[in-house]
Amino acid sequence: MPQFNWVPLVFAVFSATAFYFSEMSAAFVTNEVITRFIRDGVMVLALIIPINAGMGVNFSIIVGALCAQVGLILAVDYRLGAVSGLLLISTVGILLSIFSGVIIGICLNRAKRREMITTIIIGFLATSIYQLIFMVGYGTVIQPTNQEMMLSRGIGIRNMVDLEMFRNVIDTLWLFRIESIEIPVLMILCVFGFALMIKYIMKTRLGKQFMVIGESLEKAEALGIHVGRVRIKAIVASTLIACLGHIFYILNIGMLDVYTAQMNTDIFSCAALLAGGATVLKADVRHAFLGIVLFHSLFIVSPQAGQNVFGNPALGEYFRSFVAYGTIAFALIISSKNQEKLSIKEKTVKVT
Amino acid sequence: MKRVGVQIPQFFIIFFLILMMFLAFRLEIPLNWIISDALVRLVMNGVLVLSLVPMLRAGIGINFGLPVGVIAGLLGLCMSVNMSIKGLLGLSAGILFSIPFAVALGYGYAGILNRVKGKEEITATFVGFSFIPLMNFFWSTAPFTNPAMLWPIGGKGMRPVIGLKSYFAKALNQLWMVEIAGVRVPIGLLLFFGILCLLLFLFFRTNFGRALKAVGENEQFAGLAGINISRVRAWAVILSTVIGAIGICVYAQSYGFIELYDAPLMMAFPAASAILVGGSMGRHTHIIHVVIGTFLFQTTYLISGPIANELMIPEVAEIFRLMITNGIILYALLYEGGKSHAAV
Repeated sequence: MPQFNWVPLVFAVFSATAFYFSEMSAAFVTNEVITRFIRDGVMVLALIIPINAGMGVNFSIIVGALCAQVGLILAVDYRLGAVSGLLLISTVGILLSIFSGVIIGICLNRAKRREMITTIIIGFLATSIYQLIFMVGYGTVIQPTNQEMMLSRGIGIRNMVDLEMFRNVIDTLWLFRIESIEIPVLMILCVFGFALMIKYIMKTRLGKQFMVIGESLEKAEALGIHVGRVRIKAIVASTLIACLGHIFYILNIGMLDVYTAQMNTDIFSCAALLAGGATVLKADVRHAFLGIVLFHSLFIVSPQAGQNVFGNPALGEYFRSFVAYGTIAFALIISSKNQEKLSIKEKTVKVT
Repeated sequence: MKRVGVQIPQFFIIFFLILMMFLAFRLEIPLNWIISDALVRLVMNGVLVLSLVPMLRAGIGINFGLPVGVIAGLLGLCMSVNMSIKGLLGLSAGILFSIPFAVALGYGYAGILNRVKGKEEITATFVGFSFIPLMNFFWSTAPFTNPAMLWPIGGKGMRPVIGLKSYFAKALNQLWMVEIAGVRVPIGLLLFFGILCLLLFLFFRTNFGRALKAVGENEQFAGLAGINISRVRAWAVILSTVIGAIGICVYAQSYGFIELYDAPLMMAFPAASAILVGGSMGRHTHIIHVVIGTFLFQTTYLISGPIANELMIPEVAEIFRLMITNGIILYALLYEGGKSHAAV
């Protein structure tokens, strides 16, 4: 039942209005959107699989992000070079995210129908554990080999860790310029690669199983699908993609904000996906791409627009956090209305 | 199902508390100071925790949208400060002003929650989250005139933290404060909390309170019995919001500051954790759970601060608090989920 979703349209109107008032140059905004597309694109894609598997938005992609950060910190700790460092980062990130994905999956199998709130709490908890390890554990229990990244008191890692050796390693490859717009082709292709991979997964047997579970748990069980195991696979995939996405994000920035880099990635990715027309029940790659462009262009222009219209840039900030949270709240409200309609339809079908 | 007995969270927190008491004793942190402060913190946060009860009882779940009620309370407090009403009268005025806002906001909030049956908790979380930046617009353009509340430069927009020292800071805390064996007992404050608990207890004895419990226990049965479910659920939400508004008034006077802007964003989580520590399990929530839970939870909060300062690094206390808060909520979610799974 394809229904016209007018959320993207609203976002487009908002972005266009804010862009008009911000008086920014189109080239600047385009450059920024391309940068954000590379940084956040994969993270948004990570949400697609659990949504289609009926688990709602996986806010614990933040755990994937944390896994990536652990890998990065280790690479800095052992002072590895660009290539060996990247290898270590991805190995540690992948292993950790598979492991934590399995744990999250087991948790979510116990919390059926309340997955979203559970993933939020898991995200919070994982953040505290991560902070405990790197703010307290380092220097007391774990001995660092690289003293430069430690705080002067000897316990805890600095807030900012420089990733000089990784900066501009992969994101300047195949850099094209069209007048003042820079297009890092390789990175964009990487994001598209992830998108294609997700498309492919959804076409395989596993993907079909995700879809059936997303439609109805009972139906899936009746078909003999091992529901618990498939749901764990969905979360592992999501966490893994999120981890890789976060590595992209950090390497693109070139600095690791040890304690806050992962903050809000879950909320913003989710809001971006929903802005592109996805719902908490159904999402596709095209929603992710459209959403990133719409959501981030609004994000880029709204503080300046707030400054120009109201003389207060803070208002623009409030507006964009309201948009981020409000989009999610709105999507939740709308989705359950649709669900109600659906269930009524099913019932009437049964009666007749 | 009535199960009395110590569950893992209670066991964990009591163990933690004993450990910290021991450490506090070793570090010679005076015991009477701990007890005095624990009593204050019980009420300071207890009313906010109490506000979760009506919604839990009605089967709506944990009110992660507590910021909605908190904002109503903040509006009332700001109005009271704007009129420069001092002392207990100022606090009472704040509570009184906040109630109409709480009813109005609660009504809208209830409308939303009634539309998302089965997904109330996650929706409530995001309604609360999105309400905060919306109110930030208001705070930065609010038509209040008391210069003590506005930015000193420009004179427009509220300050993020408003000192209540010359208004009603600690007005209720110091009401009938008695010192018994070195322990300062805030009788007025405890009495206020006691009366609020008693009122809620009596409310659940009324016909309407019974209807509310019936909806929580078995919605279909309640519907067959002729109870208007949406209306009852709406009133539970409104009641929770109103108590939440009163809760922030008590909290602010105890703390001595009104905190605006992003301050209420995460307020729901410690409150939820406290009631779960007390032994609340979904519909089976009693007022005693609020009292026990808040006391245990807030006392660990209280002692962890000075201990962390003396032992290691100050950040540890905050990290541990967050870990305990979220760990307990996660446990409750998984525990209840496991139960319903077993039932299926």
